[in-house]
Amino acid sequence: MRSFKTKLALGVCALAGTALVGLGAARADDLTQLIKNPANWATPLGNYAGQRYSTLSQINTRNAKELRPIWTFSTGVLRGHEGGPLVIGNMMYLSTPFPNKVFALDLNHDGRIAWSYVPKQDPNVIPVMCCDTVNRGVAYGDGMIFLHQADTTLVALDAQTGKVVWSVKTGNPAVGETGTSAPFVEGGKVFVGISGGEFGIRGRMMAYDEKTGKPIWTAYSSGPDKDIMFNPEKTMFMGKPVGTDSSLKTWQGQQWMNGGGGTWGWISYDPSTNTVFYGSGNPGTWNPTQRPGDNKWSMTIFARDADTGMAKWVYQMTPHDQWDYDGVNEMILANVPVHGKMTPALVHFDRNGFAYVLNRNTGELLEANKYDPAVNWATHVDLKTGVPQVVSEYAPGDQGADHNTQNVCPAALGSKDEQPASYSQMTHMFYVPTNHVCMDYEPFKVSYTAGQPFVGATLSMYPPKGQDNLGNFIAYDVNTGKIKWSDPEPFSVWSGALTTGGGIAAYGTLDGQLKVVDQRTGKLLYAFKTPSGIIGNVNTYEHDGKQYLAVLSGVGGWAGIGMAAGLTEDTAGLGAVGAYKALSNYTQLGGVLTVFGL
Amino acid sequence: MSFASSLIRGFALLGLLTVSYVGVAHAADATPDAKPYVVKNGDEVDMNTYKGFLYYGDECLRCHGPDGMGSSYAPNLTQALKTMTKVQFETTVMSGIKQVSNSSDLVMPAFGTNPDVVDNLNSIYAYLKARSDGVLKRGHPHHLPGT
Ligand code: HEC
Repeated sequence: MRSFKTKLALGVCALAGTALVGLGAARADDLTQLIKNPANWATPLGNYAGQRYSTLSQINTRNAKELRPIWTFSTGVLRGHEGGPLVIGNMMYLSTPFPNKVFALDLNHDGRIAWSYVPKQDPNVIPVMCCDTVNRGVAYGDGMIFLHQADTTLVALDAQTGKVVWSVKTGNPAVGETGTSAPFVEGGKVFVGISGGEFGIRGRMMAYDEKTGKPIWTAYSSGPDKDIMFNPEKTMFMGKPVGTDSSLKTWQGQQWMNGGGGTWGWISYDPSTNTVFYGSGNPGTWNPTQRPGDNKWSMTIFARDADTGMAKWVYQMTPHDQWDYDGVNEMILANVPVHGKMTPALVHFDRNGFAYVLNRNTGELLEANKYDPAVNWATHVDLKTGVPQVVSEYAPGDQGADHNTQNVCPAALGSKDEQPASYSQMTHMFYVPTNHVCMDYEPFKVSYTAGQPFVGATLSMYPPKGQDNLGNFIAYDVNTGKIKWSDPEPFSVWSGALTTGGGIAAYGTLDGQLKVVDQRTGKLLYAFKTPSGIIGNVNTYEHDGKQYLAVLSGVGGWAGIGMAAGLTEDTAGLGAVGAYKALSNYTQLGGVLTVFGL
Repeated sequence: MSFASSLIRGFALLGLLTVSYVGVAHAADATPDAKPYVVKNGDEVDMNTYKGFLYYGDECLRCHGPDGMGSSYAPNLTQALKTMTKVQFETTVMSGIKQVSNSSDLVMPAFGTNPDVVDNLNSIYAYLKARSDGVLKRGHPHHLPGT
């Protein structure tokens, strides 16, 4: 047996090799090469395009039934575990909810802890985190692991030793700014967004120098053109330049200063145009009557030049939000046929229940279809103007403050929340974990106090009328704009999906099952009940010639807040699960990584 | 752990003490119509209780879950209010709870400086008490006209 140290060294030999080649370009190539090698899972969504697809095919539709758990690892943290592990060579890296521990696990020794990092953070950040204390994972680049802590410290750790290389503050928890999302690394830069849409923060995307932590650019979601990094003549919206003050014009007075537009979702990147893509969240206060206007650019897809931060194009999905339909969900980049024509597409399954397909080079809107038939707040999206046709009956803003708007679908948690979908290069289908929940929504007046919630609405949630499954796992075809198949789940599916070259799709359920299904039919091939509910993402990697699936369980997050006690009065005798049954009857807290193999 | 929460915990553990303390509290509150809410037909409430529902949704739901039923993060308040007095409730909400150690990361903010909570604490209490007493159903209540 080789010593522990040599194996560690071999694990990172790929980086050592490229590091010798030169500076900037070599670093970028380093990560690009690591991502290309399917043995690794080197970036949070698997590749720059955010596809969560792996070409690995050892585990396939024929043998998936022989899967079994191989090893497990407890993180020692009870709160909700979102995100998933990275794998680079012989090392696996994962982060936990607050206190945001990072573990480097040695795959040559069944996951022995090579190093761990436990930051000291002021616990006062906990109550300003929206719902539970989640963290959606770490990123890798240039021999370092990057973590965005709850207290908005962005820290670079030496991937071999766990020693802090640099650290920088990205925000201020005293005004409700927190870190929950996974950083994204590309071209020598670390990109990171901010959470706090429920505290009246001003969302922004930030790029830092990977080597030093020096800030490179900061682009706000709302405010003057300079702050949002728009060129009034060149930044495009629906095929036209946005013009001057495109954000300021859509807010009353200074309201944009608490304009929300958090950037707590996922980031993707297209090397052919050097563009980063991400979305912004809800505008400040959930009470729409208090902030007239379109509230740009909340609820928006941004395409920005990765080097300068300048916006190339934008598209706002939910102007003047009245439902908390954050636009932060992943932007999946894929070259797919749309209406039969091959298209450089950006595909986005929004919280608002529409699946948006845009030309990612131009921002042209090609398609927007409901991916859950229950969606009722809008009839359709006008493809010419990009504006959704809102149904007044389901618009809390139209109904006015202090009025309870009923039976709005989807609920505030969206037809899908942050749990990322997967694009299969095999079937050209999208595999989407969804919520199937509706709500009553009542807005009322609130005042802004720094560091206090700026919500101003209360809501009740329940399944669509006559149904009791709260989630579905669906296969969605962008070419036809139709759902190909749909597997109902008793609870919301709050786990990031995976597809592979073996023809399988995998996801976790809130009651703790890891499920493997056939991409073509949705047929269940394998299921295993992990120790706790799954809100993490399923990732895959290869080690010593064997393919594995890895997922974090550990119920919590908004899912754990909303569903722990069930959603509606327990109607004894109906025998129904879902809304009537408390999730707490199925699963309890606790973060555990489970690794599956054949 | 704050004084208020250890007090509460102490009572929760010592069932006997809890019972006798609740007895005293009830005696102090005098007659049964000292109830802080009006609820009819399980889902119709007076304006004060209705306001409590709204502000619960605004300030507490994100941790304590829908209808006060508890979540993966924070306890079920419809249970908690079965053994807590109003004063204990108010002290807890105003001064918050902090229980942070190697194995715990439970923090409830101190709401003493939050006007939306301070000004509506009576309403929030009324709403949760109605839920706790089992007279108000889950979901969105209606407010009784003229209250
Ligand atoms: C940021 C999350 C958070 C928010 C917001 C929050 N709480 Fe709490 N609350 C907690 C936690 C966590 C505990 C339990 C602490 C413990 O067990 O030590 C708790 C405990 C309590 C308790 C004591 C329960 C018992 O059994 O001892 C009461 C009462 C309470 N909360 C009321 C409220 C009210 C009312 C609001 C809204 C005004 C609220 N809380 C908002 C997290 C929160």
